[in-house]
Amino acid sequence: MIGTSTLYTLAGVLLFGMGLYALIAYPHLLRKILAMNVMGTGVFMVLISIAYQGPTQRADPIPHALVITGIVVAVCATGLALTLATRIQALTGSARLETDEEA
Amino acid sequence: MIFETAFWLPIGIMAPLLAALCTFLAPQRMSPLVTMIGAGITFVAVGFLSASLVRNGPARHTVGGWGAPLGIDLAVDGLAALMLMLTAVVGAAVALYAYGYFNFSGHGEETKRRYASFWPLWLFLWSALNALFLSRDVFNLYVTLELVSFAAVALTALAGKPDVLRAAMRYLLVSLVGSLFYLMGVAYLYGEFGVLDIDQLKKTVTATPSLAAAAALMTVGLMMKTALFPLHFWLPPAHANAIAPVSALLSALVVKGSFYILLRAWLEIFYPLSHTGAPYLLTGLGGAAILWGSLQAIRQVRLKLLIAYSTVAQIGYLFLLTPLLFVKEQSPIALSGIVCFILAHAGAKAAAFLSAGAIQLVTGDDRISSLRGLMQMQPLAVVAFGAAGVSLAALPPSGGFIAKWFMLHAALAHGDRLVAAIIVVGGLLAAIYVMRVVAPLFRQPDDAVLHRLTLAPKTMTLTALGLAVLALLLSFAGIPVMEMLSIGAVGILGIE
Amino acid sequence: MDWESSLPLLLFLSSFAPGLVIFFLEEEAHTTRTVLNLFGALLKLALLAIMVPGLLERKVYETRLPLLPEIDLVLRADSLSVLFIVLSASLWLVTTIYAIGYLEYSPNRSRFFGFFSLCVSSTMGIALAGNPLTFLIFYEMLTICTYPLVVHRGTPQAMHGGRVYLAYTLSGGVVLLIGVIGLYVLAGPVEFVDGGALDAIGAQSPEALRWLYPFFIVGFGVKAALVPLHGWLPRAMVAPAPVSALLHAVAVVKAGAFGIVRVIYDLYGINLAHALGLIDPLLIAAAITIVVGSLFALNQDDLKKRLAYSTVSQVSYIILGAATFGLFGAIGGLLHLVHQGVMKITLFFCAGNFAETLGIHKVSEMDGVGRRMPLTMAAFTIAALGMIGVPPTAGFISKWFLGVGSLQAQNDWVLGVLLTSSLLNAAYFLPILYRGWFKSQQGEWPEEHIYGRMETHWMLLFPPAVTGAFVLLLGLLANLPLGLLRWVEFLILLEYRL
Repeated sequence: MIGTSTLYTLAGVLLFGMGLYALIAYPHLLRKILAMNVMGTGVFMVLISIAYQGPTQRADPIPHALVITGIVVAVCATGLALTLATRIQALTGSARLETDEEA
Repeated sequence: MIFETAFWLPIGIMAPLLAALCTFLAPQRMSPLVTMIGAGITFVAVGFLSASLVRNGPARHTVGGWGAPLGIDLAVDGLAALMLMLTAVVGAAVALYAYGYFNFSGHGEETKRRYASFWPLWLFLWSALNALFLSRDVFNLYVTLELVSFAAVALTALAGKPDVLRAAMRYLLVSLVGSLFYLMGVAYLYGEFGVLDIDQLKKTVTATPSLAAAAALMTVGLMMKTALFPLHFWLPPAHANAIAPVSALLSALVVKGSFYILLRAWLEIFYPLSHTGAPYLLTGLGGAAILWGSLQAIRQVRLKLLIAYSTVAQIGYLFLLTPLLFVKEQSPIALSGIVCFILAHAGAKAAAFLSAGAIQLVTGDDRISSLRGLMQMQPLAVVAFGAAGVSLAALPPSGGFIAKWFMLHAALAHGDRLVAAIIVVGGLLAAIYVMRVVAPLFRQPDDAVLHRLTLAPKTMTLTALGLAVLALLLSFAGIPVMEMLSIGAVGILGIE
Repeated sequence: MDWESSLPLLLFLSSFAPGLVIFFLEEEAHTTRTVLNLFGALLKLALLAIMVPGLLERKVYETRLPLLPEIDLVLRADSLSVLFIVLSASLWLVTTIYAIGYLEYSPNRSRFFGFFSLCVSSTMGIALAGNPLTFLIFYEMLTICTYPLVVHRGTPQAMHGGRVYLAYTLSGGVVLLIGVIGLYVLAGPVEFVDGGALDAIGAQSPEALRWLYPFFIVGFGVKAALVPLHGWLPRAMVAPAPVSALLHAVAVVKAGAFGIVRVIYDLYGINLAHALGLIDPLLIAAAITIVVGSLFALNQDDLKKRLAYSTVSQVSYIILGAATFGLFGAIGGLLHLVHQGVMKITLFFCAGNFAETLGIHKVSEMDGVGRRMPLTMAAFTIAALGMIGVPPTAGFISKWFLGVGSLQAQNDWVLGVLLTSSLLNAAYFLPILYRGWFKSQQGEWPEEHIYGRMETHWMLLFPPAVTGAFVLLLGLLANLPLGLLRWVEFLILLEYRL
């Protein structure tokens, strides 16, 4: 029987993997940025499942602190990525990384 | 108080950060001045920090008085101090160069306005790098890694052209994925050992599957950021398309930041795994990077791409000796070799990019075929490139040679002839790609072309030359580096 | 650092510092550049003059700078290095005068004289190097500083010559690096010592020393132009005449030969090298080079190329002497180190004069040149006769010693090699002399310049006149007390531990 905590850990790893796949597979920048956020969520889920210390004990606060910080970092990263993406869209007319010759 | 090492630790991080904020408050034309003041204070802080480290030994600063395990600690030892000094010296030189570069008459008004963001971004980068070198907490290292990436990506995008924006975007995505891999590794470490402070981890780690998973995740993540072959694909376009001072910062300092964490992680956290195949895998990738990167560099037709591929190759040297770091007799020599290499490569590569930038401003494009006869026009820039090339090809007298000497000595004393052969062949290949640039510079110039060229400002050529001379003078760095590394004894000596 | 121990460093800096300053001079600063050049060259000779009395009392001057754990950067003036330094310092002075006359009004002067000084400084470093690592550092520095001189003209041929030069010498440098680092890994910190430094290791692991030996010989052999590693030398002939003169007489080629001498005498030690059976293969390589180089020289119509192949052959006399076990051969080899330098530099000065004054580059254009430029042709004749080994020139003395040495070492066949080579030398030098003196001029000179009443510019005429006179004096006065022969005897007795 898999414990709840382990289940969450596995789900987090799965999300991480799905995000990574999407990041590599889809050319559109918005999808890539979303995929990157999904990956991040996967890591946060693993961290939160680590905080679980059994039904009787209080959850470990440190991973929560890490997740909060991580979210802040992720917001900044997303902001920067979106700015770059819109700029690329404005200059080249398409929000993709490949140039026309490569595509 | 000013003679206490711990006093200077936060100043080294805060001074550039505050200066960066001030550049937003002050009028834009004051930015260079504010930057220079901030840089000056940081320079002094790093100087005092290192001097007091040498006198009083390693020191810690508990941020906010909390202390590990709950709080975050900053600490300095010989290795960290060397990286701080390197960043200060190379960074200050690049800033001087940037001042000349941005004031060059050839740029339009709009371009100049965009370039004004260089100053705060560079200060943010410096602050983040200093925080990275001083942090003793694996999670805080993740934060510093991200800060470094954000500043670096924004600096890359400064050039503003579509090519460079795409390169910056790719750089950002790879960098973020690398950081997330790293963070996943941190989660595994915390889940298994319950601490994040490196000194506490060092005492508690054992060779468990979780440690192996953490090692794999963190190593892959940091390999991406360090651009170790075959994860180097993002580096050449980003480094080659950025403006020259940014290229210099990226190649000389930023890739070294993530490598620094990787080095520390293996020496202080993952050392129970040293008998596995992982260190040898890193050696293999390093060797492949040297050969692949050099061959690519030889094939390039654009000057800055050539230098960027040279960075891909030179990064390989950093990984070549990983297994020897865990062999007691060779460890100090191998570590000294790696650190000397970081210093020498930073000086030489920055000088190469800066002189290439000066040449590029003069010729207007960066094809290698346009370099013909420029020795007569820009002798200082050419001599700077040549001297940097001497260090890159690890020819004596240069810091690159001393680093290679340490590496060869460690490899041969341990009987690794293949590693020694790769080091030697890599040096010859480097000489070939350097000569591809230097030879046309000495050709007879085409007078018609020369007459319509304008000269690059002296501030640019002289800073490039200064860094190149520094790379040569690092010939004498061998003993000081070894002595510095013994302060706080990173690595195998510190574990026992 | 006290005064005496800083002397070797000053000897290096006396050309290094002026070289660095010259880089930053404006092209038009003729006087400053000339003064700096001559000041450096004279200062070097003055420093040497200060050291000679001490050296006669067997004092050793040494500068040490910490470089690596247990390995210092050692600059040491011992009797062997002083031999090489005296040669290069004096020839640098005359070559500088010559180069000023030759190039002071052509483009890129600052760059040329800057690298020229660095090149000489590297040679000083090589001469003074007290251990293999120091030697290696200056040896590679010489490679790098010479490249801009070889490609100075910037023409496609010059670039090609430079590329070939670098390909050969950098590869040679890598081979040498492997040898040097292998030696340090095997034997720990090693320094050059009169008579050899590896006796203990030789007794312990002779096999390892046999393995390392080829790395040293190939590493140095590239610059010393041992056949088949000589390919770069004729192509590097595209360099301006003063560069060729310096390259052939003191700097690059000599550095290689000097390296081999150092390895045999002061690293392995002649006794150990003989005991390990290492010198006989080298003797054979030198003999082959002597004959093959001369054979190649026969067919060259280009005067400088003929001289280049002649260098290939003549430098190996030095190696031949070092590889001959016995006092006479050894003395002959070291004497030739100096004699070849003086003779070859004279020949190149003269070739440069013919090219610069009359536009003559080929042997076939030299008919009647003796009448137009008698002094230059006279200097050329003396040096050429020296190369052949005609008494009473300097060349005769070294060949005599080498011949006696071969008999003493019971290598009778070497005598045959020496005789063959002398005949070949005569075969490629005598036709030049015949054309110059006895044939009459055919039509106009290819490109004539008139320099007043003199046959050419005095700065071009003075250097070959001086060195040509020395070719005679070194032969006639060989036996003077305090003369070169005495010095070399003193040295060889040290090396043979007698």
